[in-house]
Amino acid sequence: MDVMDKLAILTDAAKYDVACTSSGNDRSGEQGKVGNTVSSGICHSFAKDGRCVSLLKILLSNCCTYDCKYCLNRSSNDVRRATFTPREIAELTMNFYRRNYIEGLFLSSAVLSSPDHTMELMIQAISILRNEYRFNGYIHAKAIPGADNRLVEELGLLADRMSVNIELPSQTGLEDLAPDKKPEAILKPMARITDGITENRNELAIFRHAPKFVPAGQSTQMIIGATPDSDYSILQTSEKLYKRYQLKRVFFSAYTPVVEDSRLPSIDTKPPLLREHRLYQADWLMRFYGFSANEIVDRKNPNMNLGIDPKCNWAMHHLEQFPVEINAAPYDMLLRVPGIGVNSAQRIVQARRMTKLNFDGLKRLGVVLKRARYFILCQGKMDENVKFDSDHILRALLSPADAARLPTCEGEQMRLDEWAASNLRIGGLAG
Amino acid sequence: MTDGNTELTYLYDGTFEGFLCCIYDSYVHKEVPTRIDTEDGMPMLFEATKWIKTDWNHAQSIYASLAKKIGMEAQEFLRDAFLSNAPNKEIYMYHYICMGYKLGRKIFDYLTDPTVDYLVKAVKNVNRECQKYLGFIRFTQYGDVMVACITPKNRVLPRLAPHFENRFPDSSFLIYDKTHKMAVVKRPEGMVITSMEKLTLPTISDEEQAYRRLWKCFLKNIAIEERTNPKCQMNLMPKRYWKDMDEDMLSEYKDGDLLRKIEGNA
Repeated sequence: MDVMDKLAILTDAAKYDVACTSSGNDRSGEQGKVGNTVSSGICHSFAKDGRCVSLLKILLSNCCTYDCKYCLNRSSNDVRRATFTPREIAELTMNFYRRNYIEGLFLSSAVLSSPDHTMELMIQAISILRNEYRFNGYIHAKAIPGADNRLVEELGLLADRMSVNIELPSQTGLEDLAPDKKPEAILKPMARITDGITENRNELAIFRHAPKFVPAGQSTQMIIGATPDSDYSILQTSEKLYKRYQLKRVFFSAYTPVVEDSRLPSIDTKPPLLREHRLYQADWLMRFYGFSANEIVDRKNPNMNLGIDPKCNWAMHHLEQFPVEINAAPYDMLLRVPGIGVNSAQRIVQARRMTKLNFDGLKRLGVVLKRARYFILCQGKMDENVKFDSDHILRALLSPADAARLPTCEGEQMRLDEWAASNLRIGGLAG
Repeated sequence: MTDGNTELTYLYDGTFEGFLCCIYDSYVHKEVPTRIDTEDGMPMLFEATKWIKTDWNHAQSIYASLAKKIGMEAQEFLRDAFLSNAPNKEIYMYHYICMGYKLGRKIFDYLTDPTVDYLVKAVKNVNRECQKYLGFIRFTQYGDVMVACITPKNRVLPRLAPHFENRFPDSSFLIYDKTHKMAVVKRPEGMVITSMEKLTLPTISDEEQAYRRLWKCFLKNIAIEERTNPKCQMNLMPKRYWKDMDEDMLSEYKDGDLLRKIEGNA
């Protein structure tokens, strides 16, 4: 089998891993080495599905000894199998990198005979890159659940980022669909990486030139829609991962059916892309906007409304905190206004030192007035033709099709319990 | 000296130093230009034009005054604004500098002022295009030299060059800007940005062809069929970049109707 065939098979097998970012670490180039890294990450192309291509994302092998039900590479599946040699991986990475096709390598693998053996081969490939080819670009490596801590540590000193995929947000899901994977086996390497990063930080404080351990941090991914797990349990799990394990990112991957199995959604199920999108919006609210998971969904309403973004949804349920005066509201409150992002909130704070802001000025600052105008005052006034009335606002924020499904209550204000009821209906229809 | 009714145009050589000399001359002669243009700009009827000679010392004193009277960031901001293709950027920059001399650091907070806003957006546009090209540039190996061609709207070379110099410290490379007929040439002995009328390249090697095929194979297989979204792809990687990339995206879209439909919607 030639390299082209292997590349086709092992790229195809790696594509459901959504993480492809090359961010989180700034490392300057050096004489005698090839490459550098940029903390914001760089996208080198966009695939036909609109996803960014930043790293050469491949599996070392798709010959798996495990039989996880949701996975394309499970041992019982009839697919073409291939395994790269460590040198082939290093060669491909260098040649793609020189041509500026990629920022670096994202190496993962199926479990080839044993977790330890798999990780040893991955370490070999990455050692050739780092030590022989003097590659100084970005490397994201998967820790294989069940592998020895010693191997996790060794790989952590060569990679910029590491990840262990949770895949299924709850233990029951894992037991049903991935009988070979134990929750402990996933959490053990994750905890080892977290500890390694903390120890390394202390070490670096004393010895400036101590080798860096996973400098771009750790990430994970969860599959969305393969199990009945609610948004509530997914977001609660994410929040714990950010807090307890200090993860840099939690990625969500809408489940694309690859197999017929009674325990899984049927093979013609469309991937729940809108739900995935809403989860990412919620994730951003938690990471950059000061929201807690509980504020986005709770036990009573465990799933997000698909018809409206989570920030608008929160605002609609907390109208008592609005409208806010743009020229006086604290930064944290500006962040909670739909249509105001981190950038525009910062610019508002900056610009209002000099002048009293009006709606024209806000537009210049990059505020999305289409949404924001319902929740703000400029110098004590609302925007023209805006009524501060929940029914009016809700209709304006929904897509025309969803708005048409709302119960009509002409002239009178819609009550919040009615909105909560319509909430479910809209969510149901859009899903 | 001009009377109040005459439009006054400054013509300069198109360099940043030349532009700074326009500021210098305007202060020394106490006159206010209504237009600042390069020498090949069209002369307008009913306007007085004045040729501003580039003097390195004058430019240097204005450049230093930006940091002293406005703030260190003003130097970088105006250098970036100068790379922009925004129409009449020079006269906006002129007004910005006049304002900055009066306001000092405070000008950085005047984000809703039309002049400041115009230049902030111009710089944002430059930054966005630079960010795209950091990823979308494609090098082809010709012997020991890597060559890339780009067709940018803004003059992005001065911003791209340091990134690639840092990334490939031991390699020689050339990036050719077809729009502005400029090139950055990096050799072991150093890096220069120079004007270059034309660049003729030899045919590419078999090895090069092979890697392009591998790259296309990778791109094809990394996409998830069930999530196909060409409109999203095109928003993030606008078509104007495609012609300088090895991906040969157009042949990926064999269905011309689909492409036209997407463009119609864009």
